[in-house]
Amino acid sequence: MKSSRRRFLKIAGISALGLGAKPVLDVMASSSETAAPKTTRGENALRAKRWGMVIDTRKLQSEEDLEPMIEICDKIHNVPKFENKNHEIKWLWEEEFKHVFPMQEPDFLNDRLKHMSFLTLCNHCEKAPCVRVCPTKATFKREDGIVLMDFHRCIGCRFCMAACPYGSRSFNFRDPRPFIKETNPDFPTRTKGVVEKCNFCAERLAVGEIPACVEVSNGALTFGDLDDPESEVTRVLRNNYTIRRKPALGTGPSVFYIV
Amino acid sequence: MLEKALTGTKKYYGWMAALLAVIGVGFACYLWQFQFGLGITGMSRDVSWGFYIAQFTFLVGVAASAVMVVLPYYLHNYKAFGRITILGEFLAVASVTMCILFIFVDLGQPTRVVNVLLHPTPNSVLFWDMIVLNGYLLLNIIVGWKVLEAERNDVAPAGWLKPLIYLSIPWAVSIHTVTAYLYCGLPGRGFWLTAILAPRFLSSAFAAGPAFLILLCMIVRKLTKFDPGKEQIQSLAKVVAYAITVNVFFFLCEVFVVFYSNIPEHMDHLKYLFVGLHGHGVLVPWMWASMILMVVSIILLVNPVTRKNETVLIVACITVFVGTWIDKGLGMISGGFVPNPLHHVNEYVPTLPEILIALGVWAIGFLVLTALFKIAVTVKEEVAGLA
Repeated sequence: MKSSRRRFLKIAGISALGLGAKPVLDVMASSSETAAPKTTRGENALRAKRWGMVIDTRKLQSEEDLEPMIEICDKIHNVPKFENKNHEIKWLWEEEFKHVFPMQEPDFLNDRLKHMSFLTLCNHCEKAPCVRVCPTKATFKREDGIVLMDFHRCIGCRFCMAACPYGSRSFNFRDPRPFIKETNPDFPTRTKGVVEKCNFCAERLAVGEIPACVEVSNGALTFGDLDDPESEVTRVLRNNYTIRRKPALGTGPSVFYIV
Repeated sequence: MLEKALTGTKKYYGWMAALLAVIGVGFACYLWQFQFGLGITGMSRDVSWGFYIAQFTFLVGVAASAVMVVLPYYLHNYKAFGRITILGEFLAVASVTMCILFIFVDLGQPTRVVNVLLHPTPNSVLFWDMIVLNGYLLLNIIVGWKVLEAERNDVAPAGWLKPLIYLSIPWAVSIHTVTAYLYCGLPGRGFWLTAILAPRFLSSAFAAGPAFLILLCMIVRKLTKFDPGKEQIQSLAKVVAYAITVNVFFFLCEVFVVFYSNIPEHMDHLKYLFVGLHGHGVLVPWMWASMILMVVSIILLVNPVTRKNETVLIVACITVFVGTWIDKGLGMISGGFVPNPLHHVNEYVPTLPEILIALGVWAIGFLVLTALFKIAVTVKEEVAGLA
């Protein structure tokens, strides 16, 4: 009895050791033979030090002017449409002046601005509070200033949603896939329980294309490198008076509005 | 000592079975949530934290309050509290257990929770909250258990426990401070963006926790042969009296700053909670009830005549507990989200499955609490030769 138990423990111990050692050996073997996986930039990829956007609201008079941009964004990014308002997912959407710029509304706002719809999206802040609070680095800032989400790392704690002072983040309260009209196979759909938001079309920049909303905006949106004094976007900023959302918070939004 | 939790009267088994039933219902609802997603709750894009996180916040306070019996006994050698430190520590263990569970049930992707350890991020307050909560749980289990064991064996507690006990005192303060920092460091959330949030959390904690401990002491006295003691209960009552007074004072400081400065971003949340905003005010009666309960409890607790009457004291402790629970467990979290950063008013009301899951977590807490108290009280009875 005793000897057989001892033998069993021996065999079990050796087996456990073997099973445990295998992954370690695998790693050792791979590190000596092949190099770590490399990532390289695409040849056509657009680059910048800090991507930014200017929205010329003078050229966007009616909701019909905004719709094509919102539509293309929702379509290429597989943004679902929910009946239940609580579950809404929004990347690019419309708001009135008093909601885009709360506490900045003058007493005598002119009639055009008062009833106009403004494009609303993630500001890709220079000092993004959402990046600061994320406990897993699932939301992070790229070298080119874009604030991105890793949908596979996000644990769904929603700290970033509490931290964002612009209400730019959405949470998947349920599986979004049945609510996507037509799935775009080139962009990942999301799972329930993760947060998402506008990504400045990082997937398009990687293949040399400008963000989809900018492309269909008929020149109302300008996109480019805020760090490059020669870029179109800095030229527009130099020549126009622009405002940003909640500048007093020190977040440094990269989205500017000409009103 | 663990075996002492396994034997008991019929009443004890009945109570544990009832708790298990509530846990069962909560667990079934959780499976539903796990399957469907957090969409079965009342939370939304605008109010992205709800009942779960509010319960977590309230219970961190109850947990931290153990320091109110540990500190006088170990730092000021207030001997009377030696009888009940174990009850405070075990209450902390049960509360922190609930806190951790409430965070867990709030996660959208609970199976990825280990990512917090795999990708440690010190700039996130949630990372620190994980450390202080788990650390506090461990400290209280070790200290509570070893001190009780020493008492049972009629020997002095091991010397290495002393540093851990002293460490547990600032650690208790840290858990509620870090929890307040989750909220008060966020730009654009006017309701929470106040340096007095952590002090407010601590004051309401040191009221709610000891008030609950008094009620537990009374129950222990009634159901067992162990008497936590009249002096102990009265001393705790004084702690509650001053803590709840300070809590109301801190709240009034907040009200003054917010309304005298007249800054809309800060006023709107308090307006929403107490008078309603743009026709929305689901929490208004609750918030006023909370204020009235707290004021009534101050009157009952500061006045020595009413405080010394144990029947009135029970009423006062219940008022404190319910009043602070409404304040933190209902108003504190949704109050910060309404109006939202774009100044839309979208209200939040928890759904039935959400409440049942929360009740399930509370029931787990009470199960742990009952088992630990059963162990502690049985040991105390044995030592006193009563068993």
